[in-house]
Amino acid sequence: MPVIQLQQIHRDFQVGDQVVHALDDINLQIDAGDYLSIMGPSGSGKSTLLNLIGLLDRATSGHYILNGQDVTVLSDTEQATTRNKTIGFVFQSFHLVPRLSAAANVELPLMLAGMSVEERRSKVAKALEALHLSDRAEHKPDQLSGGQRQRVAIARATVTEPAVLLADEPTGNLDRKSGLDVMGILEALNDRGITLIVVTHDAELGQRARRQLHMLDGRIHREEQEG
Amino acid sequence: MRTRDFLGLTFSSIVAHRLRSALTALGIAVGIAAVILLTSIGEGIHRFVLQEFTQFGTTLVAINPGKATTAGTSMGVFGTERPLSIEDAEALRRLPFVRAVVPFVQGNAEVEADNRRRRVAVYGAGPQMPEAFSMAVRSGRFLPADDPTAPRAFAVLGSKLRQELFGDANPLGKRITIGGSRYRVIGVMESKGTVLGFDLDDTVYIPAARALSLFNRDSLFEIDVMYREEVDVDTVVAGIKRTLTARHGKEDYTVTTQQQMLDVLGSILNVLTFAVAAIGGISLLVGAIGIVTIMSIAVNERTSEIGLLRALGARRSQVLNLFLGEAIVLAAIGGVSGLGLGIGIAWLLHTAMPSLPVHTPLLYVVLAEALAVSIGLIAGVAPAQRAARLDPIEALRAE
Repeated sequence: MPVIQLQQIHRDFQVGDQVVHALDDINLQIDAGDYLSIMGPSGSGKSTLLNLIGLLDRATSGHYILNGQDVTVLSDTEQATTRNKTIGFVFQSFHLVPRLSAAANVELPLMLAGMSVEERRSKVAKALEALHLSDRAEHKPDQLSGGQRQRVAIARATVTEPAVLLADEPTGNLDRKSGLDVMGILEALNDRGITLIVVTHDAELGQRARRQLHMLDGRIHREEQEG
Repeated sequence: MRTRDFLGLTFSSIVAHRLRSALTALGIAVGIAAVILLTSIGEGIHRFVLQEFTQFGTTLVAINPGKATTAGTSMGVFGTERPLSIEDAEALRRLPFVRAVVPFVQGNAEVEADNRRRRVAVYGAGPQMPEAFSMAVRSGRFLPADDPTAPRAFAVLGSKLRQELFGDANPLGKRITIGGSRYRVIGVMESKGTVLGFDLDDTVYIPAARALSLFNRDSLFEIDVMYREEVDVDTVVAGIKRTLTARHGKEDYTVTTQQQMLDVLGSILNVLTFAVAAIGGISLLVGAIGIVTIMSIAVNERTSEIGLLRALGARRSQVLNLFLGEAIVLAAIGGVSGLGLGIGIAWLLHTAMPSLPVHTPLLYVVLAEALAVSIGLIAGVAPAQRAARLDPIEALRAE
């Protein structure tokens, strides 16, 4: 069953007096549990596509069906709720709130959803434990290594048990070893059923995915499928 | 989002920038302290003045010659107004509700005793003055109940005048000259201090009829009527008007009750308190600008955090509330500190200068804190709206 369906998606930007077609007639179907990488040079539209799938951006035209629901017609507020429940983000620069402890950072999406303290506490503990961060729970981000920070960010992205995990250059700010470590974690999550979408310009990283999209000039230029 | 979490997040960012938050709150604190201090002094003066007025008792009615009127024509058109005379005062004394009647004339004259001279205020009064104005005689006695139209030449000295003229010597029975006429000192008043700028101790009291001839006047300044507490003030006013109008043929005098005087005085003093609070408000404005500045900086600094919150599913309204909440909490903290500061200084002032009246009503405290919170709200709106309107993608890109 497809978790994500994109139908004739266009995304135009006005730059000066020119219209740039960041996404040009994208048709894509992603099944639940898929592992997809989106590759391409900068400006090819891969980040725009990820933002669109993550409901941070709206298509100029076309339809986006997420979990069977047309989300293009949702209001800002409804999109925010959907984002909170269905989508997890992992960013290149981690985006941890520096003044909050690791546990508090992981807790943020649950807080925003208005979940009770008791319910939150056990979920946060579980998420931290799954990423071997239990002993780092009270550390501030600046007391953690890059790999640990990204693991906190993954804990935060998965604590809501989202259907889709979107990772934008998740290893871009990490050394090779931590990068492989993080990819291993993401892939393990995918093995347990989460739909994983990784945006990268790193071919080696992208080739780990079962489905590989190559984008160019706002279009899906090539798609490779493993097995 | 739960209120507790909301406050937790708000406080975490305020605590993260302790110094900056403290300085911003200080701006509001200074403003609130100024408002509280100035209104405390204003209110203190208000109460002080009213107290000065009511120390003479509240069952007083004053009658002055001439009709205070707001209808266009002057009384002069219908002929001259009749003076308020000693006989008028005596007629009022016969009214059933009257406890005391004091005819009143005031002027300045030179008082001479032995070889000492002093120019002082001379009050022509009646024998019931101590009763009506709650004044006490220290030694001797007050003016006796002589024939009001031909009283004997007795004088009662204020405590300061007695000191100036006689030093430590006993003045009772001594002869003094007031404006060229000779009087015998029969009493000295207890010190009354200064009331609304008039030194009631540097003065001499003589019978009203003698004061009239001394100052060559045919009308009293005022007749003060003290009435029985159980009688309604309207009855008193009506009774006085009936008697005087019968004697004068028309209402060519003005009756003012103590309550009317207090009302007028109270409204003047309220304006004073308000004006003084407005001056303090200017420093609050400066504090508000501080909050706008610091919140604008905070939105800039935390742009990527705003992007993150939005990616994690925060609604625009939640982002708005977070930043608005921060501004309000900053202002509220400043407000509470300012209240402490203002009340503390007011208390110190009162301790250091007991004569300076200071009073801080609880209502003002509550209003001042509400004012601080409103300032936070107003100052926070623009930065918070900017935060809420940020495009999440742009915001995430900011570092």
